[in-house]
Amino acid sequence: MFFPISNSHINPLYLVVVGFVIGILGGFFGVGGSFIAGPALRLMGVDWNYAVGTDLAHIVGKSIVAARKHRTLGNVDMKLGMIMALGTIGGAEGGAQLIQALKRAGNVNTVVSWVAIVVYVGISVFMLWESHTTLRLHKGRSRRTVQAAESKVDHSAFGPVTKKIQGMKIWPMINLPTSGIRISLWIILSVAVVGGFFSGFLGGGAGYIRMPSMVYVLGVPTHLAVGTDLFEIVISASYGTFTHAIKGNVDILIALVMHTGAVIGTQIGVVATQYFAGPKIRLAFVPLPLIGAAIVVYTLVTGHKL
Amino acid sequence: MKQDTAKSLRVFAAELAIYAVLVTGYFFLVLHLLGNWLYQLETQHRILYAVVAILLIAGQAVALDAVTTVLFRLLRRRWR
Repeated sequence: MFFPISNSHINPLYLVVVGFVIGILGGFFGVGGSFIAGPALRLMGVDWNYAVGTDLAHIVGKSIVAARKHRTLGNVDMKLGMIMALGTIGGAEGGAQLIQALKRAGNVNTVVSWVAIVVYVGISVFMLWESHTTLRLHKGRSRRTVQAAESKVDHSAFGPVTKKIQGMKIWPMINLPTSGIRISLWIILSVAVVGGFFSGFLGGGAGYIRMPSMVYVLGVPTHLAVGTDLFEIVISASYGTFTHAIKGNVDILIALVMHTGAVIGTQIGVVATQYFAGPKIRLAFVPLPLIGAAIVVYTLVTGHKL
Repeated sequence: MKQDTAKSLRVFAAELAIYAVLVTGYFFLVLHLLGNWLYQLETQHRILYAVVAILLIAGQAVALDAVTTVLFRLLRRRWR
């Protein structure tokens, strides 16, 4: 099938399958899947600027569906999502400005690549340690006292640190009844700005950093973090799509075709979250940032774009 | 429990088959008709194209979600 906007020939079935896979990841983990969609488009010969912009457009559609599904299941904290949206947009602009500064300095590719590797590997190692420790502790307890019905309760080995962060009484304090927490507005905004910054600096929706931050720093239960993160991605990706489309970097026809596969994939991903406890979801998330890191290492070593 | 899983899988497979037929029709009719118009829009009116792009992907998201939900409900009811 010919896509005139990006001037490329791509088998629509390939796009549907890529969308399907990313849909499952998005529904289950609450991430946009940009570290897979961008390279998948690049593999088909789509120019890198179109791959980034089109991926963002596709993420908007996919995240709307996933966020709606999660909202139906009660997995979205709207109040938290609205507050975080403000910080995300500010952070995204900051990340984009830093990219521009590095572009002017002439070392954008090297700096971004190394930051990406450190961030992706760091997230994976931390989540592997945390979810593994939590599952081991919980397993030991469940043998003795915990009933089977409690197995979906969200535990975290990082819990004591999260409690300390929640205990920081910096005015104004915000009540989040859906998430069951009371926390300073500044801590929420800090998490959102950091997530937005990485979205602007490393691309995509940055769910790979926002979702873990919401769980470990804010203390939001994993199921709510996944849904609320998707709500956040709708806003940040819409902003990204608009600016990229104005710059001529979006082939909306490719995004529409990819999205048809993502709709079904997302349904499977969202339903799957209902059968896994928080630590298990987090453990399954571990390989995803490593895939992104592997691709960046490959580009650094070989000098190819992909 | 096993029966429920088998029924869910059967419903999902049927949904996937019907959905595939609908999507194929969608490719040939809607995207073929929209292709040239969007291409012209992208080359001549970028801001309008940006707005239309977001509306299209959001509209498709809501519409396809509604289609799959209705399909799933109908098939489940039929096989209950």
